[in-house]
Amino acid sequence: MSDNLAIIATDLTKKFGDFVAVDAITFEVKKGEIFGFLGANGAGKTTAIKMLCGLSRPTSGQAIISGFDIYSQSELIKKNIGYMSQHFSLYQDMTIRENIRFYGGIYGLKSKDIKTRGSKLIQELELEDYADRFVGELPLGWKQKLAFSIAIIHNPGIVFLDEPTSGVDPITRRQFWNMIYKAAARGITVFVTTHYLEEAEYCNRVSIMVDGEMRDFDTPRELMKKYNKPTMNDVFLHMAVRSKRKGD
Amino acid sequence: MKEFIAFIKKEFYHIFRDRRTLLVLFGMPLAQLLLFGYAITTEVTNADLAVYNQSSGQFTNQLVDKLVSSDFFNLTENVHSKDEMMDVFRKSKAKIIVVIPPDFEQKFNRREAQIQLIADGSDPNLASILTNSATGIIMTWMKGHAGNAMQIETINNEVRWHYNPELKSVSMFVPGVITIILMLVSAMLSSISITREKELGTIEILYVSPLKPVTIIIGKLVPFIILSIFNAAFILLMAYIIFSVPVNGSIMLLLLESLLFIITALSLGVLISTVSETQQTALMLSLFGLMLPTILLSGFIFPISSMPLPLQIISNVIPAKWFLIIIKDIMLKGVGIMYVWKETLVLVGMTIGLIGLSIKKYNIRLQ
Repeated sequence: MSDNLAIIATDLTKKFGDFVAVDAITFEVKKGEIFGFLGANGAGKTTAIKMLCGLSRPTSGQAIISGFDIYSQSELIKKNIGYMSQHFSLYQDMTIRENIRFYGGIYGLKSKDIKTRGSKLIQELELEDYADRFVGELPLGWKQKLAFSIAIIHNPGIVFLDEPTSGVDPITRRQFWNMIYKAAARGITVFVTTHYLEEAEYCNRVSIMVDGEMRDFDTPRELMKKYNKPTMNDVFLHMAVRSKRKGD
Repeated sequence: MKEFIAFIKKEFYHIFRDRRTLLVLFGMPLAQLLLFGYAITTEVTNADLAVYNQSSGQFTNQLVDKLVSSDFFNLTENVHSKDEMMDVFRKSKAKIIVVIPPDFEQKFNRREAQIQLIADGSDPNLASILTNSATGIIMTWMKGHAGNAMQIETINNEVRWHYNPELKSVSMFVPGVITIILMLVSAMLSSISITREKELGTIEILYVSPLKPVTIIIGKLVPFIILSIFNAAFILLMAYIIFSVPVNGSIMLLLLESLLFIITALSLGVLISTVSETQQTALMLSLFGLMLPTILLSGFIFPISSMPLPLQIISNVIPAKWFLIIIKDIMLKGVGIMYVWKETLVLVGMTIGLIGLSIKKYNIRLQ
């Protein structure tokens, strides 16, 4: 049954002292799916994504990533996932090519593979003229596209994107999503958090987190129908407002 | 292994492309060496001297000439009254005044002559060095003249300074500079390099990657170990070329002991990086938490034996104190491991303790 599932999370919980950052979330992500992980600031998205990537140890609950257990097989998980954080994740004082060589290197790729995949990547992003320039000199949009390409250079089963498009202009954001579609077409499962709710509609399925709890998850179309709202933005606001009242 | 090499390569890119790091790494040792070698010296030369000679005649002029012709003193002022004397100090025209009374020559022949030395006590160390030097010169002069006038029976003190016969202060500063530089470069640069990745967020990418946390830390430290050893060798070479300070003991042993001390300092650096979130905190902690104690309490500038007891006890936990003993003994006394094994053992113990503590702190942080 778990053969076509990339992520299975069961009652995953993270507490910092008395504060429950993530409260028993349970969900599944299918292989090759683009899964949108929505929530306001402080809803617990980043904490959840960190637990799934092995950056943070859950207080309780279970999770299976690419068929590996997050407690006992974290080494195997690490080889099989890519990660792009909301911070910019490339080294600015290194050139594009040096960054590619570094990431290829720490994922244990062969030098030959790094070279071929690297030049293909540079070609696809049309960065041939900039390959030996420092990453710090590139515009933000280019950096983000480059960071994404490098995050999947080792062909991971799943890639986690933590607000990859924040601060990027709409055109570049559109291009970025085209890259996400291409990656998904290659069979890579994409787990993405975002602030931009129109982006949520690009996802196959979305989940909405409020106050550390996962309130709902389904396809964007079903969610809009269920809550009788014309856009994902309205769906989201509807749920976020409800949570605030509850918190009073 | 390939993963590790890719990582080390990245670290070297960071180091060689950051001007500040390079400056700390290579500019600082040279600057400190020159500063301590040339400027901050305890040897006194050309100190300003004033003379209030109330007696007249050849006899006392000879004495004044004797004082002035030495390397120690420079005659800047002839004083003619008591008021003028105080003026000389107030205007900083001299650091020491020699007062010769009017009846000096007559009394000298009766063996009851007196000379007054008045020193500017606002710098007590300098004042005591100057009065000692002046007294020495006057005594020598007196013996020379007393010879034909009378016999003076005194105990003749023959003093020799072992290991540093010329009392060159640079011989003492070179080991101190090496100690400070190794501590500073290793602890400060490594803690900053780790916190920089925290600040930029790139450290998350490393933790998500298949690299083990311990590989990341070792990968961060290896470049600094290599560069610090080169640094130690560089300082020794510079000290030899510029100040002809020799290494009397085994250079190999010296470098091995330096390696040990570098590892001690690096584990301190890792410890600092586990408690600081920003590069600035790491910098402040290394400067005030390590640099000041290293300079003040290691015995580099102030002798530990003349510190109050509480400070003497505290000085025992300063790794630099032990390394300074080792490096001085090897460089100046030329001794082998048989004479410094106790200090070495203390450093080894400290290092193991610090590494243990760092790993523990580091693991807590990861959760």
